[in-house]
Amino acid sequence: MQEILQYLFSGITNGAIYAVIAVGFSMLYNSTELINFAHGEFVMLGGLGIVTLWGGSLLPLPAAFVLTVIGVAFVGFLLERVALRKVSRSQPIVLVIITIGASIFLRGIGMLIWGKDAHAIPSFTKLSPMDVFGAKLMPQSILILAIVLLVVVGLHLFYRKTLTGKAMQACAINEKAAWLSGIPSDQMVLLAFFLSAGIGAIAGIIIAPITMCGYDMGILLGLKGFCAAMLGGLGSLWGSLVGGLLLGISESLGVDTFHPA
Amino acid sequence: MRQIIPIKKGIKRLCLFLAASLLFSSPALSKDTFKIGGVFSVTGRASFLGDPEKKSMEMLVNQINAKGGIDGRLLEAVIYDTEGDPQKTVNAVSKLINKDQVIAIIGPSLTPTTLAVVPFAERSKTLLISCAAGILITEPVKPWVFKTAQSDALAVASIYQHMKAQGIKKAAILSVSDAFGESGKQQLEKQADAYGITVIRSETFGAGDTDMTPQLTKIRKENPEAIICWGTNPGPAVVAKNVKQLGLQIPLYQSHGVASPKFIELASDAAEGIYLPTGKILVADLLPDNDPQKPVLQNYIKEFESRYNMPVSGFGGYAYDAVRMLAEALKGSNGDKEKVRAALEEMKGFVGVSGVFSFSKTEHNGLSPDAFVMVQIRNNTWELIR
Repeated sequence: MQEILQYLFSGITNGAIYAVIAVGFSMLYNSTELINFAHGEFVMLGGLGIVTLWGGSLLPLPAAFVLTVIGVAFVGFLLERVALRKVSRSQPIVLVIITIGASIFLRGIGMLIWGKDAHAIPSFTKLSPMDVFGAKLMPQSILILAIVLLVVVGLHLFYRKTLTGKAMQACAINEKAAWLSGIPSDQMVLLAFFLSAGIGAIAGIIIAPITMCGYDMGILLGLKGFCAAMLGGLGSLWGSLVGGLLLGISESLGVDTFHPA
Repeated sequence: MRQIIPIKKGIKRLCLFLAASLLFSSPALSKDTFKIGGVFSVTGRASFLGDPEKKSMEMLVNQINAKGGIDGRLLEAVIYDTEGDPQKTVNAVSKLINKDQVIAIIGPSLTPTTLAVVPFAERSKTLLISCAAGILITEPVKPWVFKTAQSDALAVASIYQHMKAQGIKKAAILSVSDAFGESGKQQLEKQADAYGITVIRSETFGAGDTDMTPQLTKIRKENPEAIICWGTNPGPAVVAKNVKQLGLQIPLYQSHGVASPKFIELASDAAEGIYLPTGKILVADLLPDNDPQKPVLQNYIKEFESRYNMPVSGFGGYAYDAVRMLAEALKGSNGDKEKVRAALEEMKGFVGVSGVFSFSKTEHNGLSPDAFVMVQIRNNTWELIR
């Protein structure tokens, strides 16, 4: 019982992180029908950004958090503006391959700025782990889960309740029709990139204290987030959440069930 | 037609120029120098190994040449980057053997890249002094292949000696699922009996994993008396953090793979109390004055840090030792490959950065467990235990 609970805690924490990454994939697909393989790199930039801004004690945590998210979102903005907008034959496959190129580029930039070593920062909270029926629950895990729920609920409301959100979805469904009805589809795509990169950065920030951040962390996290997004059905926010948690928990329980050779 | 002629002329000129430059430059260089090759993973994931190795080799070659070279002949180093890729290593080594025609090759930096080029060195009878740790490189012994890095087996022996002294009988292993972790796990399982230790559980984690709590939970169920974690940064730092978070009170041993200040930085408070074996370079100043390696280590640290203005690591020492021993073996050989090889094989008691080397026909690593010392991390620094 105690072990199962520990596996669950660990799985849910990891799963929640996969879920935020998956949400980033999903929302971009929702708005642009594009899979952005540079998404893992936004996670990396978020993690390393908080390492520098907060870990280097330049700024207090809330300010560092906001600044990192905005900074990375701006990188997403630039990606769309500089690399994707300029493509003349914008078939999806061309754009997807450009995002793969962008991911390699961003990884290189990350390596130049932060070096090849991993970096670590302390937990956001100074509280010690809580004891739940003999299993340890990290305060950081609760924080992660809360932030993930906040992101998903926030996006849900954005799509359902605001005109901008609805317009964004309209662009994905039929860009020409949306354009004809007066929706500035170019700006919607730009906004989608901005938001998606920002969400990626949030994933990077919350994962930073529980693991180590390095320039190459985005590859694996991006892949797992993508898996979670596929599992939950690409484009569905709640599906991404469920997919992420499912992946995290099965990973963690898998350790107990399958014996390594 | 009009366009083709100038191009043809250009090519002709280029060919002439190339031929001329080959004729006049290269023989002049290679006649009075000993040409030695280097292949290191200078860039890529394993650059933390290859970069200091390349720098150490260049530094030493410069020093030797400044003193007039060996038997009046200068050393000429040709160094290629392998990027840690076995295929690129094979290309680089073929180039060194066939095109540059070097007497000996220092490197590669990694076990997989070394194993990939061993057949080439053997076939062309070119001395290869690897800077990688894997025991497979020199076991079984291959006539032309040597290595200067301490084998995992020696690190395992150091850990078990310490555990035995502490009265620990039941241990659990948590290793990274790559070549380094796999080799460490094999050695740990192989040598356990000799020290009266039982390995009650063996778990693995992926190199990029972010949370090892599940594996540790499983280990906790078995009630071991100590945990041995085998990996390279950053995984083991995550393990150290998770051990503290789970409130496990048993000793945690790490491998020499994390023996660098970076580990303390990554694990921060969770590093406190961890035991690990390390090459002596990390604790050079703490060594007793009668340690034969102390002057060699202090000299190397001073030279490297003043020249490159970056902290020294044990990895550069592998190449430093290799070049120093090669220079020793080159004396009086007149560049004859077989003579150099024989001189190296007969070398005894050579005091290097990584240990005291004594080679023989059956031993091409030449180190004993005292190449390692056990240290404990206390107050964010290393403390020597004896």
